[in-house]
Amino acid sequence: MRSWIITCVLLLGLLPIAQAETAEEKGLAIIVESDTRDKGWQDSAADMLMTLRNKKGRESIREIRVKNLEVDGDGDKGLTVFNQPRDVKGTAFLTYSHALVPDEQWIFLPALKRVKRISSSNKSGPFMGSEFAYEDISSFEVEKYSYVYLRDEVLDGQDCFVLETRPLYKHSGYTKSTVWLDKAEYRIQKIDFYDRKDSLLKIQRFSDYKQYLGQYWRAHTMVMENQQNGKSTTLQWRNFSFQTGLTDKDFEKNDLKRQR
Amino acid sequence: MILSVRDKLLVSLFLIGLSPFAFASEWTGYSAAEYRYFQHESPNAEPEQNDLSIVLAPEFYHEWDDGNQSLIISPFLRLDSEDAERTHADLREARWLLVKDDWELQVGIGKVYWGVTESQHLVDVINQTDLVENSDTEDKLGQPMINLSFFQDWGTVDLFLLPYFRERTFAGKEGRLRSQLVVDTDNAHYESGAKRHHLDLAVRWSHSLGDWDIGLSHFYGTNREPVLQINQSFSALNPYYEIMNQTGFELQNTSDAWLWKLEAIRRETSSETFTALTGGFEYTFYGVFDSDLDVGLIGEYLFDDRNDERATPFEDDVMMGARITWNDEQSSELLIGVIQDLDSSDAAWNIEASRRLGNRWKVSLEGRFFSVDETQSALYQIRNDDYIQLELARYF
Repeated sequence: MRSWIITCVLLLGLLPIAQAETAEEKGLAIIVESDTRDKGWQDSAADMLMTLRNKKGRESIREIRVKNLEVDGDGDKGLTVFNQPRDVKGTAFLTYSHALVPDEQWIFLPALKRVKRISSSNKSGPFMGSEFAYEDISSFEVEKYSYVYLRDEVLDGQDCFVLETRPLYKHSGYTKSTVWLDKAEYRIQKIDFYDRKDSLLKIQRFSDYKQYLGQYWRAHTMVMENQQNGKSTTLQWRNFSFQTGLTDKDFEKNDLKRQR
Repeated sequence: MILSVRDKLLVSLFLIGLSPFAFASEWTGYSAAEYRYFQHESPNAEPEQNDLSIVLAPEFYHEWDDGNQSLIISPFLRLDSEDAERTHADLREARWLLVKDDWELQVGIGKVYWGVTESQHLVDVINQTDLVENSDTEDKLGQPMINLSFFQDWGTVDLFLLPYFRERTFAGKEGRLRSQLVVDTDNAHYESGAKRHHLDLAVRWSHSLGDWDIGLSHFYGTNREPVLQINQSFSALNPYYEIMNQTGFELQNTSDAWLWKLEAIRRETSSETFTALTGGFEYTFYGVFDSDLDVGLIGEYLFDDRNDERATPFEDDVMMGARITWNDEQSSELLIGVIQDLDSSDAAWNIEASRRLGNRWKVSLEGRFFSVDETQSALYQIRNDDYIQLELARYF
């Protein structure tokens, strides 16, 4: 009898927990769903045009070819090759990304024909003088952040989940970010980045989403606006291709030397 | 000219055949104007304090077979206002590359870099140094080669057949950065009867294991570094190229912002056998003082067991350097370094800075300063050749 009462009390105590997901659980569930929907693309290649705009509106461009390989149970592998500006043409980066241990990264310097292993602890620094930090363009892994669901909100006419994420990896330039994902397809629509002093640093917007292989959504325009220095950077993506047959063999140190 | 239907068909087939060719081919490269100002008058009679030169370095690239075969041709030309020896042309690369799943074949004139350290490049022996380009020995002449590479889980193996030897370039009578006696490059001598046609061989194994990058190599063939011998009339130095066996070892550990580096060689020639090494670190402070600036500190120790300043000035020396990267739109960079001899007050300073202008131009500043009192040092001959160099390059 007594044990029966205890069981009842315990069950009653458990009920609300079992029913109502915490904000952390809901946040994580949304990200896991978004991540799961983007699994299985195997490999991809695309061209990126990066336009840097300073406060006076003066522009400069970078033209980059990007190849990625999906790695099951680990971070993706990536190859990035510069075509513009011309003085760095042929400069190539190879990255083996990991969730929480540091990425492995090599750079190829075409003038010396030198392949150099470089430190990957530069997460918060600008990528090629742009408003994108290295951590903004690196491979996304669920384990890299903690998540809290904040609210539902309509953004530009789309029903969205709003989450707060905090980086769990070392050397991030952010304390937290606010992320908007649309409820229809779980695609990121907007990110607000907060700097180490917790003030709003940058706003990134994603647009021109197109679907590939009937499943994978890719934003073709990304705009990063720095709220503190007035500069902005636009990424325009073109020529996406998926499942082109790239393998681990195409993401080796030796491959850096012959990228164009 | 009237074309028959058959001819028209042939022409169209020809054009169709050409179109992927046109699509996958490109011309790139750069041209540059360079001005050097030497701070002191030369101790030798002829050289001036001002030197102007221009460079043209185009590159033709063509790929086919889905990118699995490619051709690169990159000629190089420098015209120098003062030194006839520095006015020179070279084929930096002219090679065909075949890429297969587990192996690659490269045939033609190529360029290969081995090594990890910054202050000197002991292990890097495939290409000859184009010394008239820069005293830092980082410019190389194109090397004829057949290079076969195998890729395995346990690393990469590179095999090299090097059928033709390139002689080192040296400044001429009118040039700076030379010894009192000019090196007579028209009078090179060889240990091997085959002279520059001696077939040199090299093999290298390299691998990445987590935080470690490792390389082990062996080279048998003509020593890229000549012994300089005074000629019979005591009027010039003749380069003498010996046959050498050199085993090289490279190691780098990368953890967080630390890079730990080691290069070591064992070289045997008929005149000497020695061991040399370079080892040290590079540590980078990212985003210093809440800015976008990165500051990297470099420290390396240079050792050579011959302990002979005439053979190498870097027998017991320390290199200290700082690399500042602005991470701005113009990719501004500054590198300052000094190599200090530990047994004397001799030192060599080095400054390199560069910045892009717009999308196609780049301006670079370079300075080399020598503080050498040791008369036995290999650097003693160029002790008055401190210079500042400004270069403006346009990339196309």
